[in-house]
Amino acid sequence: MKNRKTRLAGLLGASLLLAACGTSGTSSSAPPGAQGFTPPKLEALKALGQPEGQLNVLAWPGYAENGSNDPKVNWVTPFEQQTGCKVNVKPFGTSDEAVTLMKTGQYDVVSASGDASLRLVASGDAEPVNTALVPNYADVQPFLKDKPWNSVGGVSYGIPHGWGANLLTWRTDKVTPAPTSWSVMFDANSPYKGKVIAYDSPIYIADAALYLQAHQPDLGIKNPYALDDKQFTAAVNLLKQQRPLVSEYWSDYLKESQALKNADAVVGTAWQVTVNLTKGEGAPLESAVPSEGATGWSDTWMVAAKSAHKTCAYKWLDYIVSPKVNAQVAEYFGEAPANTKACAEMTDKTLCDTYHANDAGYAAKIAYWTTPIPQCLDGRTDVKCKDYGEWTKAWTEIKG
Amino acid sequence: MTALSAFFYRKPKLRLGFLLSAPLLWLGLAYLGALAALFVTAFWHTDAFTGQVVIEWSLDNFTTLFTDAVYRTITFRTVGIAALVTVIDAVIAFPMAFAMAKLASPRAQRILVIAIMTPLWASYLVKAYAWRSMLSGNGALSRLSPGYGVTATIITLSYLWLPYMILPIYAGLDRLPDSLVDASGDLGAKSFRTFRSVILPLTFPAIVAGSIFTFSLSLGDYIAVKIVGGTSQMLGNVVYDNIGAANNLPFAATVATVPVVIMLVYLAAVRRTGALDNL
Repeated sequence: MKNRKTRLAGLLGASLLLAACGTSGTSSSAPPGAQGFTPPKLEALKALGQPEGQLNVLAWPGYAENGSNDPKVNWVTPFEQQTGCKVNVKPFGTSDEAVTLMKTGQYDVVSASGDASLRLVASGDAEPVNTALVPNYADVQPFLKDKPWNSVGGVSYGIPHGWGANLLTWRTDKVTPAPTSWSVMFDANSPYKGKVIAYDSPIYIADAALYLQAHQPDLGIKNPYALDDKQFTAAVNLLKQQRPLVSEYWSDYLKESQALKNADAVVGTAWQVTVNLTKGEGAPLESAVPSEGATGWSDTWMVAAKSAHKTCAYKWLDYIVSPKVNAQVAEYFGEAPANTKACAEMTDKTLCDTYHANDAGYAAKIAYWTTPIPQCLDGRTDVKCKDYGEWTKAWTEIKG
Repeated sequence: MTALSAFFYRKPKLRLGFLLSAPLLWLGLAYLGALAALFVTAFWHTDAFTGQVVIEWSLDNFTTLFTDAVYRTITFRTVGIAALVTVIDAVIAFPMAFAMAKLASPRAQRILVIAIMTPLWASYLVKAYAWRSMLSGNGALSRLSPGYGVTATIITLSYLWLPYMILPIYAGLDRLPDSLVDASGDLGAKSFRTFRSVILPLTFPAIVAGSIFTFSLSLGDYIAVKIVGGTSQMLGNVVYDNIGAANNLPFAATVATVPVVIMLVYLAAVRRTGALDNL
């Protein structure tokens, strides 16, 4: 008996060793450089080849519609017909999910928001993009190009696609008067206790920081993604105080839509696309950017370093920001298109004004999602800021 | 070929070893080996920014697990939910199993067993979402609805795992000879006394066997609580969030050791009841 036990232990030990050897040597941590880190050396594509016939797209819901949600909404099929690249679309719910999925190496292009893009660059999962191979890049809004979240050291890592704000939304039949401040979601005495729906991602801490920026100026928050110890604790405490008000956290926009439709939640953080979708199903919803401003996104289509379908990938990059398609996506999703010529292609000509598509001043006011890193993004050098790992830990703690 | 079979015929031990080698290889390498490999990663960590796994041995993950109050809270909540689900299922399942095993005709027994099994054929997600709509503010149970949260999670999990409790108890009661119940009556015991002194002690191992299923399934669940749990989290959610959102496989592996340890303790505790022979 004893002999058998030792033998089993030996077998287990051997398999442990095997497992340990099999995966060693893959570690690499980025040393701090000009932007807090130096990306791995990767070359952009020099010239297009023959389309490979396949393209795996990792996209925010609503960015790569192929008619499966609504037969009338389909811009994937025309692309397939034009290029012969068969497109597989995988939607993701949060930036963290996108970063994780990109590590599998199964996707060729991704629509990354600012809180994901730098992580993809730093880990070597996304490679520089040769913008000369993307003719439509010339028409992209200048205020979206060469931003800290889509370029590193002057090298472009993708094509800007669209931008917008994380809105405050509410049921007009249950929430009166119409709220003009995020305090309906953060104030401990909010009359909508237990009916608030909040975004389920560590990056949501920035929404609390943005609120504190307006309501507690003595904390000295200048950028909601650059939080030192004291500021971070204040934001985390605000979210802990918010938790009893929250009915649930959403990362699946359809779940949020259902909750708003059933009035399980009456006020929350939402994307324009969720508001449009839920309104379309008959729920009385309204949305706005409150007085404190809002966090938001500026998305970039990026190419995976490991992609085996690079020509199809570049064709997609060019196609998705072409005036017509960029307009369709922006109209469907509810955001400002990146292409300056897209506004002329919109079915609803007022949308570009609604989303302030050509208003560089408005675009500058949104606090775009950015990955928090130890080097404070607001330029402070006397303190260390909380990095994304700590944001993630705190998020588990907030949810309790 | 004949020579080979003759060789194995003469060496029975070698024959047995040969026959068992494939399943043992599967169990040892693919099954336990993969689990062991996962737990090795619990001692590594990830680069917070790039998300890549860094192979440096340390106990940091376990330190976080034990020192951060939030993980203790989540562990207690999870064990509490699992225990309550188990108790609720046992209380509901026992009379149902008793009626099936002792009161129904053999033909009705077969129909009832199939009826108990049918929910298992339907998709887990459909059942969980059905409960979400029933528990919602406009749902069928809106008057009684506790809203989304721990209570809703307990209700949903109890519903989902009930068949796993009924079937072992039914099997246990089916094996209990009717003559013992009759003898108890002949000796003057009232029905409650018969239940307490004869039926319950003899079927207790079957209840424990059922509880192993409901308890371990609840311990590892994260989908039901994501759908009806409101803001609350269970251990499974922490594991899921660390893999899906934070991309922190090492810490997820650390958290995943918690239910394994709890189950080992639980199995050690129930070993003496003979429940493991009832599985």
